[in-house]
Amino acid sequence: MEGEPSPRSGAGFHQGSFPLAVNVDLQTDATLQVDISDALSERDKVKFTVHTKSTLPNFKQNEFSVVRQHEEFIWLHDSFVENEEYAGYIIPPAPPRPDFDASREKLQKLGEGEGSMTKEEFTKMKQELEAEYLAIFKKTVAMHEVFLCRVAAHPVLRKDMNFHVFLEYNQDLSVRGKNKREKMEDFFKNVVKSADGVLVAGVKDVDDFFEHEKTFLLEYHNRVKDASSKSDRMIRSHKNAADDINRIASTLYTLGTQDSTDVCKFFLKVSELFEKTRKIEARVAADEDLKLADLLKYYLRESQAAKDLLYRRGRALVDYENANKALDKARAKNKDVLQAETSQQVCCQKFEKISESAKQELIDFKTRRVAAFRKNLVELAELELKHAKGNLQLLQSCVGVLKGDT
Amino acid sequence: MDPSLSASDIASSTKPLSEASSPPVMDLLSEPASEASSAPMVDLLMEPASEGSSAPMVDILSEPASEASSAPMVDLLMEPAREGSSAPMVDLLMEPASEASSAPMMNLLMEPASEASSAPMMNLLMEPASDDLKEPPKPDIDPLADILNDTPLSEVKTPVAAMPQETPSDLFDDEPSELFAEPRQSNTAKQQQTSIFDEPDEDLFSEPLGEASKNPQNDFFKEALAPVAKASNVCGPLSDNYNEHPTDIFTEEAMTTLPSAVSTVSVNSKTNGVHSDEEEPDIFAEATVELSLDSPRNDRKKKGAAKPSAPAPAPSVSASASKPQPKTLEELEEEVEDKFELNISITNPEKVGDGMNAYMAYKVSTQTTLPMFRSKTFTVRRRFSDFLGLYEKLSDKHTPNGYIVPPPPEKSIMGMTKVKVGKEDNSSAEFVERRRAALERYLQRVVFHPSLLQDPDVREFLERDDMPRAHNTQALSGAGFLKMINRATDSLSKMTIKMNESDVWFEEKLQEVEAEDQQLRKLHIMVDSLVGHRKELSVNTGGFAKSVAMLGSSEDNTALSRALSQLAEVEDKMEQLHQEQAASDSFCFAELLADYIRLLGSVRASFDQRMKTWQRWQDAQNMLQKKRETEAKLLWANKPDKLQQAKDDITEWEAKVTQYERDFDRVSATVRKEVLRFEKEKARDFKKQIIKYLESLLQSQQQLIKYWEAFLPEAKAIA
Repeated sequence: MEGEPSPRSGAGFHQGSFPLAVNVDLQTDATLQVDISDALSERDKVKFTVHTKSTLPNFKQNEFSVVRQHEEFIWLHDSFVENEEYAGYIIPPAPPRPDFDASREKLQKLGEGEGSMTKEEFTKMKQELEAEYLAIFKKTVAMHEVFLCRVAAHPVLRKDMNFHVFLEYNQDLSVRGKNKREKMEDFFKNVVKSADGVLVAGVKDVDDFFEHEKTFLLEYHNRVKDASSKSDRMIRSHKNAADDINRIASTLYTLGTQDSTDVCKFFLKVSELFEKTRKIEARVAADEDLKLADLLKYYLRESQAAKDLLYRRGRALVDYENANKALDKARAKNKDVLQAETSQQVCCQKFEKISESAKQELIDFKTRRVAAFRKNLVELAELELKHAKGNLQLLQSCVGVLKGDT
Repeated sequence: MDPSLSASDIASSTKPLSEASSPPVMDLLSEPASEASSAPMVDLLMEPASEGSSAPMVDILSEPASEASSAPMVDLLMEPAREGSSAPMVDLLMEPASEASSAPMMNLLMEPASEASSAPMMNLLMEPASDDLKEPPKPDIDPLADILNDTPLSEVKTPVAAMPQETPSDLFDDEPSELFAEPRQSNTAKQQQTSIFDEPDEDLFSEPLGEASKNPQNDFFKEALAPVAKASNVCGPLSDNYNEHPTDIFTEEAMTTLPSAVSTVSVNSKTNGVHSDEEEPDIFAEATVELSLDSPRNDRKKKGAAKPSAPAPAPSVSASASKPQPKTLEELEEEVEDKFELNISITNPEKVGDGMNAYMAYKVSTQTTLPMFRSKTFTVRRRFSDFLGLYEKLSDKHTPNGYIVPPPPEKSIMGMTKVKVGKEDNSSAEFVERRRAALERYLQRVVFHPSLLQDPDVREFLERDDMPRAHNTQALSGAGFLKMINRATDSLSKMTIKMNESDVWFEEKLQEVEAEDQQLRKLHIMVDSLVGHRKELSVNTGGFAKSVAMLGSSEDNTALSRALSQLAEVEDKMEQLHQEQAASDSFCFAELLADYIRLLGSVRASFDQRMKTWQRWQDAQNMLQKKRETEAKLLWANKPDKLQQAKDDITEWEAKVTQYERDFDRVSATVRKEVLRFEKEKARDFKKQIIKYLESLLQSQQQLIKYWEAFLPEAKAIA
């Protein structure tokens, strides 16, 4: 760890043993390996050090690192989305914007309230908030890394030029954030797209596989969205409960230090116990967050990406059908037949190309999903067990000691 | 008993004294001497136990005397006496660890029954006893306790027998005049204490003895008094009467008539409340030893006279006598605390009536082996305001003396309105249960308090079927308003009183109590917040469980779908678990804190009370000072006509100052003892409750492990 992650000093972070929250790569391919080796939090941005190991001939070196910011990740993602070539693929979802605002605000508040609490309380609160900040930081890093890994593992996207530039070009890509006009355009596009999506979704698919996938994804996306928000809520209240236990522990400590009678010693012991159990409770909440909530959140975005793919295919299908109709009309009127034929062919080609790759992509999506859920659920259960057992042991020994005392 | 009553008793008792007393005396004296002499020994040991504050030697000798003499006097009395005394003994033996407070109680009840004469005497002689109490009693107890704890039964007898011979002269010389000089005027002052005895006296008299027996008792009492009044020539008349007896009986009797006054008095006056914790073990040790002594006596009695009252207790008594008696005080104390002869439970909260007049009635069940109650188990129905009424009564009576009266749970207009409106939802059920538990703890605290248990109002509350409706407990009534004003003026006067604390102990304790109060309040808020968050967690876990179940149902990989629905089940169970945990957070932890925040309020009230009595003393002193100055001025001005008036005033105020100083000392002593007792109780309560709470946490962790262990293979089965 390089320095403390606090809004004033900037934060350092080493990607050490920190595990990926969501595993995305099905096959580990030694030809291109990407990770985020380091990250630094500055005032309002995070700088990620993207580290690449590759044997591919496109790169000048076998191993290199560049510093990237969140906006550059978004640029890369958008370039994939905008590329017609990739219309048949599930574009790996972009990492969410790093959000330290809440955490920073809390730290700031703590600084203001410094006078009103005891030194122990303050130190404790500060440590807690810093831990929280660090957790968010790690999560952010993990999300960005997942995105890169997904791209690097994708058979087509990994060959993308922009991606290579992103990995190799050792200077600022000077991507700028979108300006107002562009944002408005994006917004407009989205409205059109979702209106269109409803239209497209209403079209009965000729292919049973896609028809099934369409209904599945529609439902799945909604439910995963629901589960994700519910898990967030659950974890938040779990964290609150852990915070309460923490505060109870410190009050018990104050009670226990008032004098040195028997009861006070008793209070001190209970305080010590609560201090430990709340750490475990906080870990439980953090691990649930990591293994469950993050997984759900990732699949919320991934299922959205899959839906987008289906939309593109649906759009292509509608275009194709419209082209067919236009061709029929043209033939009946015997006017512009050639033009209609070409456009019909283009549409047909596009649709078939999308269909072909989309099928594989959707099958992969499912495989990936099952594998990720398996891994995370197993880990979740193991961690829950570990914590519960630790907690149990603590309680048992403490109850034993306390009973022995009385 | 008010003074007029006791006076009339005495008056009525004068006339038949000769007829009633002398013939039975002869009867009894012809009966085995062993009986007469064993009785003293029993009570010997019992008496000091019960009061523990006046010089034990005196008591030892005092009590038996009246007993010994009363027993012979009236045959009738003898039997109830045995009954009265043996029943509690058996109880004691069966449950040796009975509450410490049961000892004094037994004595209380036994005395009127067994010796008859002591009861009236008590009233008269209360004052000297309470004076005695103020002197530190502790050192006196030790020798006795030692004897009782260390020596085998047979040996105990010898010292007891020996004691009378050594001490008599002292007793006669010192005590009589003091004892009998004051008693009459002191009666009025003692009304409160005597009132305790109104009931037991009458009950016991009327039940075992019948109306007829009342007179002879009083006669005896009168007779006993008569020689005493003649001071040292006691021996004369008594020896005349008892010429034929073996000498030891005589000596006992002679001695006892006087000192019995001392001991009995101490038994029934506030001594009950004055027992400090350190004394309790002694009481108990003595009581047990006494029981073992009891057995040979009973056996002999059986053989000799074959009286029907004795046999029942005898076997168990002798059985226990064979057990090794000596135990360390600590052990005994432990037992005393663990087992209690009075179990109170509050169950079946029931809504009575409709609309805004509806109220909750609770079933108050008592299980007891204490002889002060009419039966061993009984049940009454009480409503919340009855509990408040009980508190008001107890508080009015005992708070001025510096006692810490446990407060009942607060009124909750919100909670009750919900119940009244009749919403059968979770929160109102929880409210009722919370209140039920709080009332139960409240009542348990009351009966756990040795002197509050003695209060007739407590007994009435537990026993009486048709409790008169408690008044003035409504939060918004006129009386409530008056109370509020009173409280406001109280706190105002509290602020104005500037006490220069002479006793560091009180100063420090008060500070401690205040600091603790603050911390507990803080803690309570946090635990409440934990309860809130835990409930929220439960609800959110439930929501998540449903979402996961839905997600599982839409998942098209069968194994994953199955695992997700299993996860949903785990989360469902977790919801339940969090719910239960929230309940135990609230019931084990938060309620405990709420109780103690309230109790600390009572502790502070007792400190305030001490301050008030101090203030009264100081005011009286200032007044006295003024009166003296007036006298001096009058002297200077040479106004002899007003001088007498001034002198009278001075005497009056001098008396008041002494009285108030005494009050202050007494209240201080009580507060100190009460605070120590409170702290002990608190330590025990906290340990018990928190361990219980931790155990509930422990259990939920165990459940958690079970759930996740069941889930793990399901997760691994995803393919």
